Amino acid sequence: MAETTRVGGEQPQKVCTTCYMCACRCGIRVHLEDGRPRFIDGNRAHPVNRGVVCAKGAAGILHHESPARLRAPLKRVGERGRDALVEISWSEALDTAARWLSAVRASDPKKLAFFTGRDQSQALTGFWAAQFGTPNFAAHGGFCSVNVAAAGLYTIGGSFWEFGEPDLERARLFLLIGVAEDHDSNPLKLALAAMKARGGQIVAINPVRTGYAAIADVWLPIRPGTDGALILALVHELLRAGRVDAPYLADFTNAGWLVIEDPGGAEDGLFARDPAGRPLCRDRRTGELRPAEEPDAAPALRGAVRLADGRRARPVFELLAERYLEPRFGPEVAAEVTGVPAATIRSLAAALARAAFDDPPFLAEPWTDWRGRRHPGVEARAVAVHAMRGVSAHSNGFQTCRAIHLLQILLGAIDRPGSFRFEAPYPRPIPPGPLPCGKPEQVVPGRPMPGLPLGFPRGPEDLLLEPDGRPCRIDEAFSWDAPLAVHGLLQRVIGNARRGDPYPIEVLFLYMANMAWNSAMATDETIRMLTDRDPSSGAYRIPKIIYADAFYSETVAYADLVLPDTTYFERWDALSLLDRPIGRADSVCDAIRRPVVRPEREVRPFQDVLLELGHRLGLPAFTAEDGTARYPGGYADYLVRHERAPGIGPLAGWRGSKGELVGRGPPNPRQLEAYIENGCFFEHRLPAGTRFVRHGNRDYLELAAELGLLAKPEPIFLQLYSEPLQRFRLAARGHGSVQPPERLCARIERYFDPLPFWYAPLEDEAGAAHEFPLAAVSQRPAAMYHSWGSHNAWLRQILGDNRLCIHRATAAALGIEDGDPIRVTSRHGTIRATARLVDGVEPGTVWTWNAIGKRGGAWALPAETGEATAGFLLNVLIDERLPPGPDGIAPANADPITGQAAWYDLRVRIEKAGPGEPPQTEPIWAPLPRLPGLPDPPGVLDRGAPFAGRRP
Amino acid sequence: MTALPDRPPARRLGLVIDLDTCVGCQACVIACKAWNSGGAAGPLADAEPYGRRPSGTWLNRVHGFEVGEGEDGRTVYFPRSCLHCENAACVTVCPTGASYKRAEDGIVLVDASRCIGCSLCAWACPYGARELDPASGVMKKCTLCVDRIHDERLPPEEREPACVAVCPARARHFGDLADPEGPLARLVAERGGVELLPELGYRPTNRYLPPRPGRPLAAQAPLVEAPSTAGFLGWVDRLLGG
Amino acid sequence: MHPAPSLIAFTTLAGAGYGLLAVWSLAGLAGLVPAAPRAGAAGLLPALALIGAGLLASRFHLARPERALLAFTQWRTSWLSREAVAAAATFLPALVLAGFWILAGRIPPAAALLAAAGAVVTVACTGQIYAVLRPIPRWHQPLTTPVFLALAGASGAVLAVLAAALVGVPGEPLALAAVPALAVAWGLKLAWWQRGDRAAPVATADRAIGLAGRAPVRLVEPPHSSGGWLVDETGYRVARRHAAKLRRIALAAGLVVPVLFLALGLLSGGRLAAATSGLAAAMSLALALAIERWLFFAEARHTVRLWYGEAAV
Ligand SMILES: Nc1nc2c(c(=O)[nH]1)N[C@H]1C(S)=C(S)[C@@H](COP(=O)(O)OP(=O)(O)OC[C@H]3O[C@@H](n4cnc5c(=O)[nH]c(N)nc54)[C@H](O)[C@@H]3O)O[C@H]1N2
Ligand SMILES: Nc1nc2c(c(=O)[nH]1)N[C@H]1C(S)=C(S)[C@@H](COP(=O)(O)OP(=O)(O)OC[C@H]3O[C@@H](n4cnc5c(=O)[nH]c(N)nc54)[C@H](O)[C@@H]3O)O[C@H]1N2
Ligand code: SF4
Ligand code: SF4
Ligand code: SF4
Ligand code: SF4
Ligand code: SF4
Ligand SMILES: [Mo]
Repeated sequence: MAETTRVGGEQPQKVCTTCYMCACRCGIRVHLEDGRPRFIDGNRAHPVNRGVVCAKGAAGILHHESPARLRAPLKRVGERGRDALVEISWSEALDTAARWLSAVRASDPKKLAFFTGRDQSQALTGFWAAQFGTPNFAAHGGFCSVNVAAAGLYTIGGSFWEFGEPDLERARLFLLIGVAEDHDSNPLKLALAAMKARGGQIVAINPVRTGYAAIADVWLPIRPGTDGALILALVHELLRAGRVDAPYLADFTNAGWLVIEDPGGAEDGLFARDPAGRPLCRDRRTGELRPAEEPDAAPALRGAVRLADGRRARPVFELLAERYLEPRFGPEVAAEVTGVPAATIRSLAAALARAAFDDPPFLAEPWTDWRGRRHPGVEARAVAVHAMRGVSAHSNGFQTCRAIHLLQILLGAIDRPGSFRFEAPYPRPIPPGPLPCGKPEQVVPGRPMPGLPLGFPRGPEDLLLEPDGRPCRIDEAFSWDAPLAVHGLLQRVIGNARRGDPYPIEVLFLYMANMAWNSAMATDETIRMLTDRDPSSGAYRIPKIIYADAFYSETVAYADLVLPDTTYFERWDALSLLDRPIGRADSVCDAIRRPVVRPEREVRPFQDVLLELGHRLGLPAFTAEDGTARYPGGYADYLVRHERAPGIGPLAGWRGSKGELVGRGPPNPRQLEAYIENGCFFEHRLPAGTRFVRHGNRDYLELAAELGLLAKPEPIFLQLYSEPLQRFRLAARGHGSVQPPERLCARIERYFDPLPFWYAPLEDEAGAAHEFPLAAVSQRPAAMYHSWGSHNAWLRQILGDNRLCIHRATAAALGIEDGDPIRVTSRHGTIRATARLVDGVEPGTVWTWNAIGKRGGAWALPAETGEATAGFLLNVLIDERLPPGPDGIAPANADPITGQAAWYDLRVRIEKAGPGEPPQTEPIWAPLPRLPGLPDPPGVLDRGAPFAGRRP
Repeated sequence: MTALPDRPPARRLGLVIDLDTCVGCQACVIACKAWNSGGAAGPLADAEPYGRRPSGTWLNRVHGFEVGEGEDGRTVYFPRSCLHCENAACVTVCPTGASYKRAEDGIVLVDASRCIGCSLCAWACPYGARELDPASGVMKKCTLCVDRIHDERLPPEEREPACVAVCPARARHFGDLADPEGPLARLVAERGGVELLPELGYRPTNRYLPPRPGRPLAAQAPLVEAPSTAGFLGWVDRLLGG
Repeated sequence: MHPAPSLIAFTTLAGAGYGLLAVWSLAGLAGLVPAAPRAGAAGLLPALALIGAGLLASRFHLARPERALLAFTQWRTSWLSREAVAAAATFLPALVLAGFWILAGRIPPAAALLAAAGAVVTVACTGQIYAVLRPIPRWHQPLTTPVFLALAGASGAVLAVLAAALVGVPGEPLALAAVPALAVAWGLKLAWWQRGDRAAPVATADRAIGLAGRAPVRLVEPPHSSGGWLVDETGYRVARRHAAKLRRIALAAGLVVPVLFLALGLLSGGRLAAATSGLAAAMSLALALAIERWLFFAEARHTVRLWYGEAAV
């Protein structure tokens, strides 16, 4: 049967855009036939994914064609969560929203809490909030990975989280710590495979052996929440053996900066500075004290000095070495804590040292350092590290992540060939600007705030506190509870708003965050809070909820006004350098998403809606001088014409009237066309000589300033020792004008250690470990994105329910067999789930896939669907608060420094379900009502039918 | 025609799948479904797509296994699709001639217009590579993306199966396994690629590359203490040369 | 394997029908039953009806029955196609035989021989369909086709006893043939079962994933949480305990009970007694065959299960 093998018909049109089935930002091509999407593949020219896409990306068509898509604006008629919503017109929806919002803005703009979740337009949403005048804005970082982000930004001026990448092309050893999928999923997979082909060694530190850990050379099943102890034991070993990169430390870090030792003094533990505020070092050639930033300074790494005023000071490195050489940081102690044998820790330390220092490859790419010294090339430090939420989602995650960076810095393995490498716009100054805005005097009715709500405090003075010390923000970010909550704390908004703590709000405006489900800590409680009424007035405690979603998610049911968004096939988006760009180590990149098809429903891109609301509210940035809309062409118009600073707009490519400029330049009216012609992304390759050691690379720093990535071309010294943390500590010791309340002083003193240390997760410290012997964590499944995969007919066949995976031996001791229904109990509650027995897990840990459980009725799924009856959420077990301390106050279940939600501190107890118990999960939630207007899902889906069947 | 080609096809197109780098991400599974739903073998229907128990036709599935125990244990992801056997009993059992093996490149296909949906070929396939489509009532199987690999209107680099193009771990390789000098044969030779269940006599074309042995940590000699001649931290000064 | 009712019905009904066709044709040829039209009708019409019913049932197994004619085309390679061709081919002499016998009271020897041969060949093809399937080790054994043939023959013989009694033809010789036929058939079946039970696995999970010798191999993440056709088709499992019980029931109902009733019929004499005991024997055998055939599918395991959690098949 040798027929020809060509398909008949027209070749499909292939439209390039950017995927949005997750936050990885891959370049895709949507194949259109007869105007209908038929297939999605990767754009081979794209710097992120080089032509590959993941399961979610390939399934995007069914996301776009989901029966759960919202069809028109909705308003609530009866009870939240119980009664159906009704469809209304856009004019009614926008009138309502504008009415609610303008009342708030005119009286007290703080009473709007505007929080966004998985969106990638924070450069717009944050700016909008500032224009509105409310400090109560944040995106999802607080419950996601702010520990990793903040630790990075306060230590190396970049971060694992989207702001850097491991150079696996050149690495000999790769430490992968607490990562399942992450935001760089396709690049990481490509790189792992290439590294394996080259014969590199991959060490996965993870309590669970799936995915990347499954293909690693070495799997270290660590006890959750103990990575800090392991890392610092590695530091101990390296120091003991003298295997650190001393020249790198002296040249590019604060290792030689002098720390004042003045116990009880107001400057104890701060850097010794000259009158101009420049940190001092002792020059190892002359013995003189001089500013460390001077190009010809040669900082000594050891040796105490007397400062002019007689105080003693010692270099950071000496303090550091002294601390980590103490026996308490030795491998034996760490082995007790982590479960990783001491011999293994020693071997790992040796492997790190050899990979970094023995016979390092030399990349002959001449460059000039910040001192002006010319180098013939860069010596590799072929130890790459990547860490994410396994580190971040613990209450000790900030210090643990700092410890990891400390290890990297000691090895000289930041932005060297084979190490962690920055992605533009990083590195940035440490900490980067701006400061958070929202101090009492900055919030004025009817007026924009003078800055953006989120920022990077340098010390207590930068906190957002009322004169009486209470938080200015509804989520307590930048208060003494979470001083470095640099991403805000979305997870606290609903609880605080319900309690009116620190004050009640009027409108809760949510965008793309499934807060009534998988992004809630304690879903049950969150739902109660959303529906809680004031008994005296009968009114909801959170009076008005506006929500913008594209699908019928669980949260839609709790909104009073629903603004239906388009799908990612139907709108413009920007992956902007001002926000979460697509940068790669060797190039400055950004990208757009473009409409591929037209919506046939009454939906609007949320950014367009925000711009219109901005105009209706008269926000200056969105209203022209004559009172008309400043961006009548909607978001596309804004992307092209908006300038955040002169010459700097959302998109860096093809600026200038002819598209000839990069980074900085006047708007180009044909900018979007240029992006489209280039496959919807922009890539500016860094010239040779500017690609490595960028924090101390003069040519790079100058280029970055030129492109508008940095304000000034100044070197960025990696911060082994974190002075901002010490400033908070000093406040806790009674120094300075802004001091913590009495009850928090001990806590600040303890956790704000300027040198990283390990402490047990707060939940364990509160005694949970004894009563609840097992740690419980969740992981990202590769083929699902949080809650938004269950309405996808293809993806849900792969993961339509989830089980709790238990180590075989642990299960055997509990009399549990594979497939048994089990009860899982935490401090907060009990659920029923089904057991799956595995070997690939640390025996004291249980785990499941995240966000598979769904509520019947939501996502257009029937009540009895597997997601609702066999799937479950661990969230139901996670308390938002820790047990009350001696003062009766229950602290947040969070990192005390950043406020990061401590999802993975969860401790549980497990038992076999009783003989009479049904096999379904528990709780099974009352199904949500059907939404009017949603189509009946088809009984059989054969969406390929119009294109298919052409015989080969 | 259900008779197999008289002599081995000149080209034996197939896949080589690397169990060393497959991370079980399911990208190939969905890409296969998406391409073939709308492609020559399509549609691949899904019953109860948004119902209680969705169940669809898939030409490629990825299983997660744990292999070995204790120190030797590891997790292995195993993608499973048609192996385009030389001795394809799935073809010879077919009563209608719907199943056939192409003489020119060895690809085993189903002619949807002749299939009566008797399922016998699926029983005859040891590897579970065939699924009966609930909507069209005909047998579906991996086509090796015959409508991509030979489509001359595609740029040459795109003439590869959807699952291969998409695999982010580069665990899937496509080519002619009959060519002893070709990249695939070399890969198989270098990495000890295996044929699945040769004892059944189907002579599959596809090969699987076993996981590489891996580089354990144990091989590392521990670090030695820095000589402390110059006292505490003396080595720092030495390292800095000053 | 999934015990599809359509296939159980088809193989048992058509098997019995072909058995009866063969036995009756040969009995007619041998003069054990008279050439009288009544006698012809009593044996051949039920035979044809059973065959017809079986074929009808088999239609339900086809997802696209409207194309069933295509199944005649691949007789050179496919046993299923051969079965179809043989079945169709058997109709010709069977109808000729029935025509002459029922309408003219004559038994053309060639037609009788060909009908009987056709019946044997058709059932043999059925057996071969299963016997050639290497992925299902329990089926892929030399005794599979003999068992199909023997069970078809035995059920044909029992039905022939009943048919003879119904039209008042002396059934003793038939009954005397049926008893050993039953014994042989179930003897073979017993051997088939035991062989299937004792056979070493043809494949193991470690080999199935190309990692020979790295056992144990355990499925920890099935490819799809929601199953699917392949899982439904091959995933059927019957507990060993139940299977053993069902086998005993099948043996009792298929061998012991029919033999007792046949003996009773032989001993008691008389047409009514012969008819009732023949009917009882046939019904008991039918039950046994249904169980046997159900087990045939339910106990068979396909190598695809190796990827779905079984250690060996
Ligand atoms: N137990 C446990 N809980 C966790 C985590 C965990 O690891 N374990 N992880 C936490 C982390 S890191 C995160 S980031 C959160 C994520 O949790 P969420 O931020 O709640 O993320 P999603 O579930 O993806 O929900 C986002 C919402 O966006 C909607 N959406 C999808 N596409 C669009 C669109 O184009 N436009 C609009 N307007 N809406 C859209 C979806 O319908 C969905 O309702 O979960 C957190 N919760
Ligand atoms: N496919 C897919 N990709 C996604 C997402 C998704 O939902 N699906 N979500 C996106 C989002 S919002 C985020 S924040 C990122 C998060 O990306 P990841 O960081 O990969 O997030 P998790 O799945 O939470 O993975 C955490 C890993 O840490 C391990 N772990 C838990 N506790 C510890 C510990 O104490 N120590 C160590 N060493 N490991 C530990 C877990 O076993 C798990 O493997 O992924 C993004 N990418
Ligand atoms: S990794 Fe994320 S962005 Fe990339 S293809 Fe997959 S879903 Fe799309
Ligand atoms: S796409 Fe590649 S890595 Fe992912 S499951 Fe398939 S073969 Fe494995
Ligand atoms: S794998 Fe199965 S379907 Fe494919 S050729 Fe071999 S026997 Fe046939
Ligand atoms: S199901 Fe179709 S392809 Fe398979 S054997 Fe039957 S007719 Fe042939
Ligand atoms: S070659 Fe094509 S049909 Fe076969 S598994 Fe890959 S994508 Fe599917
Ligand atoms: Mo996240």
